[in-house]
Amino acid sequence: MRMLARRLSLYVVTAWVAITVNFLLPRMMPGNPVQQLIGKLTGSITPQQVHAIELAFGIGLNQGLWAQYTGYLHQLFVGNLGVSITLSSPVSTVLKSAVPWTVGLIGVSTILSFLLGTLSGALLGWFRGSRLDSLIPVATFFQAVPYFFLGTVMLLVFGSSLHWFPVLGAYSQSVTPGWHWDFVFSLFRYGELPVITIVLSSVAGWMLGMRNMMITMIAEDFVLMAVAKGLPRRKVIMHAARNAVLPSVANLSLAIGLVVSGALLVELVFNYPGVGNLLLQAVLNEDYPLIQGIFLVITMTVLAANLLADIFYFVLDPRTRTEAAV
Amino acid sequence: MSSVRLPRSPKVLVGAGLVAFFAVLTVVGPYLAPYNPSNTNFNANLTPSSAHWLGTTALGQDIFSQLLVGARATMIVAIVAGVVATILSVTVGVSAGYLGGKSDEGLSLLSNVFLAIPGLPLLIVIDSYLPAGGRSNSFVIGLVISLTGWAWGARVLRAQTMSLRNRDFVEAARIIGESRFRIMVFEIAPNLLPVLASSLLFTILYSIGAYVTLAYVGLTSTAVWNWGTMLYWAQANNAPLAGQWYWFVPPGVCIALIGTGLALMNFGIDEFINPRLRSAGLSSKVRRESGLPRRPRLGFTPVLRPRDASSARAGVR
Repeated sequence: MRMLARRLSLYVVTAWVAITVNFLLPRMMPGNPVQQLIGKLTGSITPQQVHAIELAFGIGLNQGLWAQYTGYLHQLFVGNLGVSITLSSPVSTVLKSAVPWTVGLIGVSTILSFLLGTLSGALLGWFRGSRLDSLIPVATFFQAVPYFFLGTVMLLVFGSSLHWFPVLGAYSQSVTPGWHWDFVFSLFRYGELPVITIVLSSVAGWMLGMRNMMITMIAEDFVLMAVAKGLPRRKVIMHAARNAVLPSVANLSLAIGLVVSGALLVELVFNYPGVGNLLLQAVLNEDYPLIQGIFLVITMTVLAANLLADIFYFVLDPRTRTEAAV
Repeated sequence: MSSVRLPRSPKVLVGAGLVAFFAVLTVVGPYLAPYNPSNTNFNANLTPSSAHWLGTTALGQDIFSQLLVGARATMIVAIVAGVVATILSVTVGVSAGYLGGKSDEGLSLLSNVFLAIPGLPLLIVIDSYLPAGGRSNSFVIGLVISLTGWAWGARVLRAQTMSLRNRDFVEAARIIGESRFRIMVFEIAPNLLPVLASSLLFTILYSIGAYVTLAYVGLTSTAVWNWGTMLYWAQANNAPLAGQWYWFVPPGVCIALIGTGLALMNFGIDEFINPRLRSAGLSSKVRRESGLPRRPRLGFTPVLRPRDASSARAGVR
C-alpha cells in the first residue's frame, strides 16, 4: 500500500504544479498576451465578456498575486473553468462533450497497442536472431513518424483513395446518436482508422521494451529450470513473459502522457470531435480560457490514467505489496 | 575506457549513416537550395519536374528548396533542446542519485512531476503565450521544448548513478578526500557516458517531434522554414486531399528517417550497455563461422567481438 500512497501523493503534487503553472504563465509572460488579446477583441465582444476575461487573468484588479491565486483555486474547486471567448459558453460545458470522445479513442488504442506490442515483443525476444528481427527497423520507422503525419497518409490512402474506411468525424451524419445498433456500428467504423494510426505509432515502444526485457529474462535460471522440467514451450514463454512484462507495466503510466500528446493531433487529422481538436481550435483563435481549461482537464485525466496503471502494476507484482518500491 | 569499442552491427551503421546525412544537410542545405524558399514567382501547384524537383506550393514556392532550407531550423531547435535538456537531466539526475536522502526525494519528485504532466499540451500552453518574437526564435523554442523533455533522462541517470555510488572506485575517491563535486564530475560522470549518449539521442528525437508538431499546429512563426511549417502549409492548402503527395510526403519522410537513424543508433548504445542484447544482432554468417548454434540457446549468451568471430573465440557470460 505504501507504493500506492506514494504515487498518489506524487499525482496530487503534479496536479498542484499544473494548476499553478496555469495560473502563473499568463501573468508572467513578457508582452502581456492577454491584454493584447483584449485589445484585439474590443468591439467584437461585449463589455461583460471583456470583464470576465480580465477577472480570469487578473488584469486591472487591485489585488495582490496571492489573493488572485486563492481566488483562482476557489473557482477551480467549484468547477468553474471560465468562459470560452470564441464559443461564449462555459469551458466546462464545452469540455464535457469533448472528453468522452478522447478518452474512448485513446483508451481503446492504448490498451490495444499495449497488448499487441507486449505480445509481439515477447515473441521477438524469444525468437531473437531469427527472421522476425527484421520487424525491428520497420517498427522503429513507424515510431519515428509523427502521429499526425502517419494519420494524414492513412487518411489519404485508405480513406479518400481506397475508401476502405469512412473518415472525417466520429460517426456517420446519417445516423442519430443514441444507444442503438446503427450508431454503435457507425462509431466503430469511424473509429477504426484513428485507432489503427495511434496503435501503429505507439506499438513499437512496447514491442522493443518487451523484447529487451525478454532477452534479459530468458538468461535467468528460472527459465532454464522451466525448460529442464520439460514444460511445453508455450508455457515457458508465458512464464518468462509474465516476469518480463513488469517494467513495461511500470512504464505504462509514463507512456500514457506521450501517447496522449501524439493522439491529440490524430484527432485533428481525422476531425474527431475530441479534446485535441478543441485544443487546436482554441490555439488558433487564441482562446486562452479554453486552452487553460483543456490543459488542466488533459493533465487530470492523464494523472487518473496513471493511477489506474499503478493499481494494475500493484495487482500484477506481489512484491510491491510488501516492499516500499519506487 | 582507453579504447571504446562501439558495436558495428548493420543497425548502428545504417543509423549513423542516416544521422550523418542529415547533419551534413543541416550545414549545406541552404546553400544547395536552387531557389529562395519564400520566393513566390513560380506558377502555383506545379507537379514535380526537372526545374522543380518536388513541384511548387499553392503560392508558387519551390518545395525542394523549402525541404533543403528547412533542415537547418529543424535540426538547430532539436540540438538546442537536446543539449539543454541533457544538461538539466545530468544535473538533476546525478545530484539526486549521488546525494541521496532529502535532496534525492526533492529532485526525484521534481522529475516525476515533469514526467507525469503530458508534454505536448504543456508545450502548447507555454507556446501560445509566447510573443511573436519568441515564436520565430529557434533558441527560445528549443529552450521551451527542453523544459518538457529533460525528465526522462534525469530518471535514467539517477538510477545509473545510484548503482555506481557504492562501487569501490567511488569509495576510494571519497576516502582520498575528493570533494563531492569532483567525485560527481570526474569519477561518476565518465561512467555514465553510454547512458548519457542514449539519453541525448532520445531527447533530440523527442525534440524534433515536438518542434515539428508545434510548427504543424501553427505555433511557431510560419515565416521560418522547417519541416513542420511545410506540413502546416500543405495541410492549410489541403494538399493531402488534392493528391499533392510531393508537397507533404517529403518533409514527413525526412522526419521519420532522421528519427529512425537516431533510434537505430540508440539500439547500438543499448547493446553496448547490455551485451546480452548484442548477440541477438549477430548475423547468421558470423554465427556459422564462430561455430555457434544458429539460434541462441537458453542460459547461454555468447559475447563476440566482430573481429574475433573468424577465430571462433566465443565467451560465455
